[in-house]
Amino acid sequence: MYVIIVGGGKVGYYLTKELLAAGHELVLLEKDGRRARQIADEVGSIVLQRDGCEGKHLEEAGAKRAAIVAAVTGDDEDNLVVCQMAKHHFDVPRTIARVNNPRNESLFRHLGVDEIISPTRMALAAIEQDIPVHELLHLAQLPGGRLELIEAKITEDSPALGRRAADLSLPEACSLFAIIRGGNAQPIRSDTALEVGDTVLAISRTESENQLHDALIGAPDGGDTD
Amino acid sequence: MRAFIAGCGRTGAGLAARLAAAGHEVTIIDTNSEAFDRLDHEFPGRALRADVTDEDQLRRAGVEGVDLFFSLTEGDNRNILAAQLASETLGVDRVVAKVNDPVRAEAYQALGIATLCRTRLLADALAIYSGLPHDPGAEGVAPATGHHREHSAAPDAPALAGGR
Repeated sequence: MYVIIVGGGKVGYYLTKELLAAGHELVLLEKDGRRARQIADEVGSIVLQRDGCEGKHLEEAGAKRAAIVAAVTGDDEDNLVVCQMAKHHFDVPRTIARVNNPRNESLFRHLGVDEIISPTRMALAAIEQDIPVHELLHLAQLPGGRLELIEAKITEDSPALGRRAADLSLPEACSLFAIIRGGNAQPIRSDTALEVGDTVLAISRTESENQLHDALIGAPDGGDTD
Repeated sequence: MRAFIAGCGRTGAGLAARLAAAGHEVTIIDTNSEAFDRLDHEFPGRALRADVTDEDQLRRAGVEGVDLFFSLTEGDNRNILAAQLASETLGVDRVVAKVNDPVRAEAYQALGIATLCRTRLLADALAIYSGLPHDPGAEGVAPATGHHREHSAAPDAPALAGGR
């Protein structure tokens, strides 16, 4: 499988080394000459000193036959342009962008980026898991980027308290699949009534997350619904 | 009319002054507040420090509901991201991005963004001055030829220009 990586910072560098070690065919585009030479000294001639945002450089790098283009520079705008050029100009089947500002994630998806890597989001998720906040925790984003694995803790304020799983009004495309009670995980059944201290595991569409929050945790203070 | 300009360089500041003088409501932003020195002391519009690639900052600066959005910063890719934020996320209808690389400018025109390419403008002007025939494509802001929302659904969309 032929992969083009754009951006030779820390992420691009280690990505290149890992993929090479796994036996993939790839090329790395890095526009800074010194950085490009530095990496080339270590990994060889697969490093090109080129700006991956420019169509002709992507073409020279073989974008037309690439299975994947991964744009992992530190600048969201550059990663977007690389992916859009790859997708719409060279018909690359799979484009991956590193996104630093989490607010850019949905725009990038809307604009045709197939996969988002968000270091900020990942760090945030790790921090949330260590802090006992009564909010939804993001456990994982499932491949494709539209579905998330979510954990919610049932408290005294939860509108779901005492209700059976089947009676909850969950948003469409959301489902509860397991419950952790007393330290034991078990599949959730339609007649399982939720108790204080239960941890519920759910799968949800990213855009339905707020509704899921309202159903399991409760609407934000003041009942402000806008 | 309400106009929003990102990038208070010579072009942005000059355009802001002209639009304001014509009675339009103008907001201009830049990440560097010293750039606002280019504005006249009596500039009647708003000048705010904000990053054009940041959705939250754009909202705070009041971009929603403007009639015109110009992204004129020094970075082609910043302008491209900003233009798509404005049109796709913030609902602005008329959006122009300055994209000085002609290949990228043409590619994004086909993706639904009106572009202004300084390289192309200058070369066109000088070609006309030299006596070459007037190129019908030389018209200042190049209007969008494609539309964003079609791109994912239409594998047979017209091939983008560029990559030559």
